[in-house]
Amino acid sequence: MPGKLKARIVAGRHLPVMDRASDLTDAFVEVKFGNTTFKTDVCPKSLNPQWNSEWFKFEVDDEDLQDEPLQVTVLDHDTYSANDAIGKVYIDIDPLLCSEAASVISGWFPIYDTIHGIRGEINVLVKVELFNDLNRFRQSSCGVKFFCTTSIPRCYRAAMVHGFVEELVVNEDPEYQWIDRIRTPRASNEARQRLISLMSGELQRKIGLKVLEMGGNAVVGYLQCFDLEGESGLVVRAIGTACTLDKLSSGSAPNTNTHTHPNTAPASNACNSPSKDGKEPVFGEDLLSSSGLPTPFRALPTSSSSPPPFSPSKPCSRQSSSSDTDLSLTPKTGMGSGGSGGKDAGPLKTLLRQQTQTALEQREFPFFTLTSFPPGFLVHVGGVVSARSVKLLDRIHNPALGNTRSYKLLDWNSVTADEPETRDAWWEEIRQEIKSHAKALGCHAVVGYSESTSICEEVCILSASGTAAILNPRFMREGCLDIGIPDHRFEEPSPPSCGFCHIPYDELNMPFPAQLTYCYHCRRQKVPDVLFTTIDLPQEASVTGKGCLIQARLCRLKKKAQGEVNATAISNLLPFMEYELHTQLMNKLKMRSMNALFGLHIQISIGENMLLGLASATGVYLTALPAPGGIQIAGKTPGDLSNEHHISTIQKRINDTIAKNKELYQINPPKLFALDPEVFCGINMELTEELVGSPIPEPRQRSRLFRSHSESSDEVSELDLSHGKKDAFVLEIDDTDAVEDIHSLLTDAPPPTGFYSCNTEVMPGINDWTSAVQMFTSVRVIRLSNANLTNQGLNKIFTELCENLLKSFYFKLRSMIPCCLCHLNFTVAVPEEELIQVAVTAVAMTFDKDQTQEKLADKPITKGTGETEEQLQFPLELCADSSLPNTQPPGSKISGVPESTNVSSRVSSLERSSPLPDGRSRSLRSTRSFGGSSVTVVKMTPLSFLPGTRIIKYLGIINMFFIRETTSLREEGGVSGFLHSFIAEVFAMVRAHVAALGGNAVVSYSMKECVFMENPNKNQAQCLINVSGDAVICVRETDQEPTLPANTGQSCTSAAEGTT
Amino acid sequence: MSVELDVFVGNTTIMDEEVYQLWLDGYTVNDAVKVRMEGGVMEECEASADVLLSDTMDQYRTFQMCERLLHSPTKLANQLLFQITPHRQAVLIERYYAFDDAFVREVLGKKLSKGTKKDLDDIGAKTGVTLKSCRRQFDNFKRVFKVVEELKGPLVENIRQHFLLSDKLARDYAAIVFFANNRFETGKRKLQYLTFQDFAFCAGQLINNWTVGAVDNMVEDMDVDLDKEFLQELKELKILIADKDLLDQHKSLVCTALRGKTKAFTEMEANFKNLSRGLVNIAAKLTNTKDVRDFFIDLVEKFIEPCRSDRWTAADMRLYLTHYTNSAHILDTFKHQVVWDRYMGVIKSCIFKMYHD
Repeated sequence: MPGKLKARIVAGRHLPVMDRASDLTDAFVEVKFGNTTFKTDVCPKSLNPQWNSEWFKFEVDDEDLQDEPLQVTVLDHDTYSANDAIGKVYIDIDPLLCSEAASVISGWFPIYDTIHGIRGEINVLVKVELFNDLNRFRQSSCGVKFFCTTSIPRCYRAAMVHGFVEELVVNEDPEYQWIDRIRTPRASNEARQRLISLMSGELQRKIGLKVLEMGGNAVVGYLQCFDLEGESGLVVRAIGTACTLDKLSSGSAPNTNTHTHPNTAPASNACNSPSKDGKEPVFGEDLLSSSGLPTPFRALPTSSSSPPPFSPSKPCSRQSSSSDTDLSLTPKTGMGSGGSGGKDAGPLKTLLRQQTQTALEQREFPFFTLTSFPPGFLVHVGGVVSARSVKLLDRIHNPALGNTRSYKLLDWNSVTADEPETRDAWWEEIRQEIKSHAKALGCHAVVGYSESTSICEEVCILSASGTAAILNPRFMREGCLDIGIPDHRFEEPSPPSCGFCHIPYDELNMPFPAQLTYCYHCRRQKVPDVLFTTIDLPQEASVTGKGCLIQARLCRLKKKAQGEVNATAISNLLPFMEYELHTQLMNKLKMRSMNALFGLHIQISIGENMLLGLASATGVYLTALPAPGGIQIAGKTPGDLSNEHHISTIQKRINDTIAKNKELYQINPPKLFALDPEVFCGINMELTEELVGSPIPEPRQRSRLFRSHSESSDEVSELDLSHGKKDAFVLEIDDTDAVEDIHSLLTDAPPPTGFYSCNTEVMPGINDWTSAVQMFTSVRVIRLSNANLTNQGLNKIFTELCENLLKSFYFKLRSMIPCCLCHLNFTVAVPEEELIQVAVTAVAMTFDKDQTQEKLADKPITKGTGETEEQLQFPLELCADSSLPNTQPPGSKISGVPESTNVSSRVSSLERSSPLPDGRSRSLRSTRSFGGSSVTVVKMTPLSFLPGTRIIKYLGIINMFFIRETTSLREEGGVSGFLHSFIAEVFAMVRAHVAALGGNAVVSYSMKECVFMENPNKNQAQCLINVSGDAVICVRETDQEPTLPANTGQSCTSAAEGTT
Repeated sequence: MSVELDVFVGNTTIMDEEVYQLWLDGYTVNDAVKVRMEGGVMEECEASADVLLSDTMDQYRTFQMCERLLHSPTKLANQLLFQITPHRQAVLIERYYAFDDAFVREVLGKKLSKGTKKDLDDIGAKTGVTLKSCRRQFDNFKRVFKVVEELKGPLVENIRQHFLLSDKLARDYAAIVFFANNRFETGKRKLQYLTFQDFAFCAGQLINNWTVGAVDNMVEDMDVDLDKEFLQELKELKILIADKDLLDQHKSLVCTALRGKTKAFTEMEANFKNLSRGLVNIAAKLTNTKDVRDFFIDLVEKFIEPCRSDRWTAADMRLYLTHYTNSAHILDTFKHQVVWDRYMGVIKSCIFKMYHD
């Protein structure tokens, strides 16, 4: 008997009129937990009843406390007939079971009815008294904290990261039970809501148990999904990362807001003096993706990636050890220290790998659902790994499942033991595949890991993806709590700030062909030319310019089919889809002159007659990676004049677009030509003087230099084709498809002035966020009227759909300019044969533009005076010009910096430098306070933080599932009216629950599921929505004592500034 | 390809004030889109017509969903469905309850009944206000009327508290309620020149001075019904015209005071008896509901029109009425000073307001 649950019903308000005669309601309340029910008195003839009930006490097992929600039903008393239900409130009491979360739930909850929506509100008080249970074999896992946030929650510190936890539970879907034929839609919906609530509770409890077994106390990056498999059942599954978290006392909380760790700042340092600042993050970059399927995808990098920038001048640079050359020729440049570059890294890497392996290999799956990490955690990143598998959902005949089964029968060990195991086996298979892909990339772990499904009739695609990585074993070992102190044994000799970009695999034995070059940052190790990842951009990463949302969109028609045939058809299509999506991503990335993707999420959705693929990611220009080549168009038939003309027009348009994009995203990469060994030796000192300080490059020498590195777009046209072919990304126009592809490349409109967009937590290059946030959800469904659509036609429609959605957002949010849409999360579905549904959740955040401009305005360049301060401010300026090896960058020698002089000089010729990092004088544009209203303002955001605020307490996870149905669709304003009010209701219920827990915000909010079905002929519609997030209390940043010092790995300058 | 479903929901409800006004004004979605396009909002954000249409539909839907709450504005602050800043809530309410002067002028003093509601399309056609907007305004009047009808305490204050309106708007509503309750005739041709604000001012005077509430502030309907006792007492004023001596005395006092101060003196002297009879007769008849309704038309016919035909200036009017009122105090046989002041105070200010040069 380890727990006592107490509930009190205080009052109701705004109740609906239930008695037409009197225009009033005689309301009373039933409070139910498990099988125990209490009732309040009837409060006659009132729409605002005051019950002021006694405390209803439930004595229950803590196991039940975890599984069951408290169910509050408001009814209208009727003397002569059955009482009418007004609506219900399900209260998840899980947050009360953890001492660090909420202690009481108290507040107004919307009374929800699945047919009528919200019908008034009820004020409820809930408390729990827990008794300690010392039973070692207990089934409950009270006290394990759950977080949706995919990073270490602010105000906690990760003492240890244990690893992957997963679980799934299965049940029959009440909607498909025979009884559904005779019961009301309301009863059926409620049965479903309650069942899913129970299953979620059970799932969470079981995962909690696993965490306890591992010795952890929390699950971070908890991702719960449900699969509506229709007749074959309902699966609720979850994955997460088990951790041991220590609560930080307030005041010492580490960076509470991300803008304290602007990427740019470190970036700039990194440029000049990579290692001078020990706090710089490890940047790991890597390449590209391997797909899980046996597809061309994996091979793709080869075909699509541009040759290494240096190749023209030094085609064989790869095999001739370039570092040797450098060393001998330019000993002074500091290459010596960098000499450990490519080759030396080998043994170190191996050592590192071995160390980590011991820690990781004990684990079945070294997966982490986190997308951002404590500094030092991530050592190298190998690229995206993904796996998909197509399964047939066969109905599992189970005699035990029958009409008599109550929901209590969730114990699947006794009932349908085979089913969860089937699903478990499926996932197991996929995870094994992911694991082996990661191994192939020379990585022992997968980060940013997620799983998803798409179901259509009886076919199901299971997908998993993540980013192969090498992690620092420190976090996996017991007893190394001090994350702030770098473990020097494993420290790479290279500056940690670009380490994550360095390839984890063996250069001579690459898992796939890729173009490697020396890191543009530290110059010591090899980096790939492009890097795709599913994680957020590491805070410390050095980025040039701003990032942007990049989407690849694809439709593929398929024949309608059944069963096995259908599944085969789908699995045959998948590799091609992945390949095309990848190609699109790569092209679009180059169009924007960027070289890395973060937050890559590829969704493939099945419909009866088509497959939809949507890949979203945030493109950035990583300073450590080579500049991307341009895109070269080539015709198949060179003789044809008109064709050639056509080609050159397209080529020009592409070049113009690239140039425009460079300007738009402020991509002015440092031109580190000194990095190229050839150039290095070839040019030598003569150039030095000229280049230093001359804003305008000397034409002759310059152009040659540039070409040898990267195709800067404006020069592409001058290049002869053969040159271009080697250097740039070549697209052949050989058929109409290719033309379409190129057109689609050009149709992506950039966001209007004042807007940026990304699908990661924050936008690389923007740091001075102000506190205005606007989270929104938008759903759009289009009907394809033309049955004879081609793949191209479909693609166009789908692309327009996504683009138009974005345009709508920009328009609606125009009052927030300057503003960035962050964490844009697109979900596509094919609800019916001719319907395409896209649901988007994102947050718009304002930032302080003036500051940026000011900074830019006063960017006089003091040449060469490289004190840290200045370097921070003008990160980009360091670039190009000049300094060759021997140039003395006056004053820029910072101790500990290997003299990689080549990097350290500045160029004045750069026009637009990226907005600067600093968080200084970040003005907190405070949002309007809602004084006077009795309703607490609850902010919601899909990010893990709210700008301008500090999270002081996590109150528990919010995980809610709602069904809404209507039989009067027209009267409710049609499908749009129906869904609009439902989404508004879901927001309202989430806010009410958070407020009742004592919170004022939801972070890491996401809408996991939005399943919409309509039958306009019958005037009916139904929608299911599943949302989750972390309820928190946050306070204005200005209210806090100065926080934390920079042991967290960000540059101290910015951190300190952040708090002033 | 057609858009089947299209929604956008913000955690903080996004509302565009311009679109709100278009919605209130009864524009259809398509008309509103046209107006917005002409307004140049598209250039602002590189939007297309589709984007504008989608946005307008979304906003209209939001407003429709809010409308229920706007019917009882106090709920708006407590409801959980929409997260709206208090400032924005105030704007929503104020705008929702705002009305067109042209429209209100048409229904002022009419019974707020179904019958009147049926005439709304005519009124709409006449005033150029869309039928939808007419309905909203009419329903607002009716709703406010119904709510305050049963409340105790001062009318303006009740309206302000129950509907969270600004002081100015609450006063206007008080006037509308007051006129509707007493069914004052305002539609006659002779009254057409008067604006709603003229009437609203008069209503304020009547409410503050002639209702029960002017004496006792805790009775039901105190500000809506005229003080019956007072109306009864007004009959006593008849002596001023019935008693020949008194009338002559009054006239000579006024004339003495006015002589040489105005160009219209001759006309004033000549018309004194007529004008005085007019005003006192209005007072004496106010016990009849029918005559209460004709209060304004009587004022115009019996007083304002004769003066206007004699080309009195507003200053003349002021001068005349001041002396006319004050002189009565000097009449030793006239005992009804209090009633006289209460009556003339209101009459004076009403006529000042209603006398347009």
